[in-house]
Amino acid sequence: MKKFAVAMASLSAAALAGALMTSATAQTIKIGVNEPLTGAFAASGNYVTDGAKIAADEINAKGGVLGKKLELVIEDNKSNPTEAASVAEKLMVRDKVPVMMGAWGSSLTLAVMPKLMEYKVPMLVETSSSGKITTSGNPYIFRISPPSAVEAAAFGKIIDKLHIKKADFLVINNDWGLGTAQDFGKMFKDHGITVGLVETMDQSAQDMSAQLAKFKASDADTLIVTSAVEQLTLVFKQAAALGLKKQIITTGGSQNPDQLIDQAGGAVNGTMHLTFFAPWAPEAAADPQATKNFLAEWKKRGLQFAGVTESFRGYDAIKTIAAAIQKAGKADPEAIRAALWETELTGLNGKIKFTKAGPAGKESGQSIPTVYLIKIENGKVVIPQG
Amino acid sequence: MDELLQHLVNALILGSTYALLGIGLTLIFGIMRVVNFTHGELYALGAYAVFLLEASLGVNFFLALAIAVIVGCAVGAAIELVLLRPLQGADIDTTMLVMIGAWIVMQNAELLYWGGASKAIMTPFPEQPLQIGPIFVSWLRIFVLVVGLALIGATYLLINRSKLGKAMRATFQDRDTAALMGVNIKGIYTATFAIGSGLAAAAGALLGPVFLVTPTMGDLASLKAFAIVILGGLGNITGATLGGFILAFVEEIGAGYVSSGYRDGMGFLIIIVVLLLRPTGLFARAERIG
Repeated sequence: MKKFAVAMASLSAAALAGALMTSATAQTIKIGVNEPLTGAFAASGNYVTDGAKIAADEINAKGGVLGKKLELVIEDNKSNPTEAASVAEKLMVRDKVPVMMGAWGSSLTLAVMPKLMEYKVPMLVETSSSGKITTSGNPYIFRISPPSAVEAAAFGKIIDKLHIKKADFLVINNDWGLGTAQDFGKMFKDHGITVGLVETMDQSAQDMSAQLAKFKASDADTLIVTSAVEQLTLVFKQAAALGLKKQIITTGGSQNPDQLIDQAGGAVNGTMHLTFFAPWAPEAAADPQATKNFLAEWKKRGLQFAGVTESFRGYDAIKTIAAAIQKAGKADPEAIRAALWETELTGLNGKIKFTKAGPAGKESGQSIPTVYLIKIENGKVVIPQG
Repeated sequence: MDELLQHLVNALILGSTYALLGIGLTLIFGIMRVVNFTHGELYALGAYAVFLLEASLGVNFFLALAIAVIVGCAVGAAIELVLLRPLQGADIDTTMLVMIGAWIVMQNAELLYWGGASKAIMTPFPEQPLQIGPIFVSWLRIFVLVVGLALIGATYLLINRSKLGKAMRATFQDRDTAALMGVNIKGIYTATFAIGSGLAAAAGALLGPVFLVTPTMGDLASLKAFAIVILGGLGNITGATLGGFILAFVEEIGAGYVSSGYRDGMGFLIIIVVLLLRPTGLFARAERIG
């Protein structure tokens, strides 16, 4: 009986807390955040969320949007597509958010997409790179990260300088990795580069020695690797342990080069990475002042510098959403969706402006971001000139 | 040929840690008839213990490994005393649910304390791999293999040569008769759970530096441990040892020559085949199945 009383008391306390929260939030504009805070992509998802918080706090410090404060409703999709979809549903139905940011990975975002159609709420996609996201005819999708075809095209402009003859691929076995292998493979063929082996790794796989042993035996001079920082760390350590001496280039912008240097040590020397933010040279950024402010705030919060190449996405996404809400004049899903098409701003990555992508009549929005190729030499990040 | 040799070396090293995981689990099931869902979490705990000791407290890597195994044994003994002892005589479903609950609590506690981002354990081994002809092996992995084999050997001696081992084997064969002969069954249960947990923690502590340490690392380890145990026959220590090596070879060769995307699937494919052809496992003897 005592147990029952305690349970009832805590239940009613929870209900009371819930009621208090609702009355407090009536004066705010909610933005749903759907990120992998635990699981295989935890590091990246947390960094993006931290970036989003900085943007929201910055906007709120200046008085918010439309006279109201922004409130981020943050949910963990556990790096799992099924969870990503149910979390999105929770945000739209229970929290009634008029707009969302998410869901980091392509497979996570693709799982959420049908729910956007169902509840007619727009979502700003900050990280996912699978081509399918903007070409499947979902008018509630607005993406600021580059699809792998855009990343491949940007890489194509500088690829001749690397003198690659034949390249193998090691990609994460999901929409992101497979899409990258396809789009980069196509671009390579246009540049006269032979595509050799295409091997995959499960997103939770920890031992890639078998795949790496195959690459070691192949005659390709370059290995393209696509995954997030955790798995990349393992790939580099294991490649070094197997004595694999090839040019390794990673794609996707989730490498957090400083974390790689920290956790994989000497194994990352000489590797190259396609990233979408270059915090090592803030003066060269599209908006140097905003970049410096962001980096200073990141440091002030005691967050790891390694995370900024990921966290800028969250920052840019919330800035974009706030600008759209401002333009819409009200926190209404349909008004925000319409306003996103007219939103234009300079983010940390560069200019953000949506162009139409996908089948006519139900286009998704796609912004074309800047892509940087960086190299790690002697435990330091360098940006090759040219 | 070089590639095949490299695959075989990789599998040998992986197999030794798989065997450790399998032995721990099969020991607990064989003697206590408890399906231990916390096995994977003890594996994660072993890795986190090394990380905590080394990175935060500055303890020497080798000493940290030893302490991690002791921590594993202690936590295992605590789980047995607090959760399983009061459940003595309860049916297997109840015990299973309690163990699933403990698994979830432990995993989320790790998440709460250490956060979701992965941790790397630094080791004193050189980054440059050892080269033997065309084969490359990292020093760390050689160390893992040596310690893994030593622990497997020690467990064998403990079970087959010591007095405690004799009592454990007696309990394994017939609990009631063993009790009548004066074996302290309760003590045996606690010791068994502690040893099994210690082996899981050892596997985690050894593999933590090879891979990365994350709160969910135990899930796949747990799944593989179950696979190994089923492959080798429930409650069979030799079976678990061989099962561990077989799983590692199948995964490595499967990933190398068939499809790397289905690496983790390969092992389970073999298990389905084994269960179809020999439902009691590859190495099971009839009287060992309860």
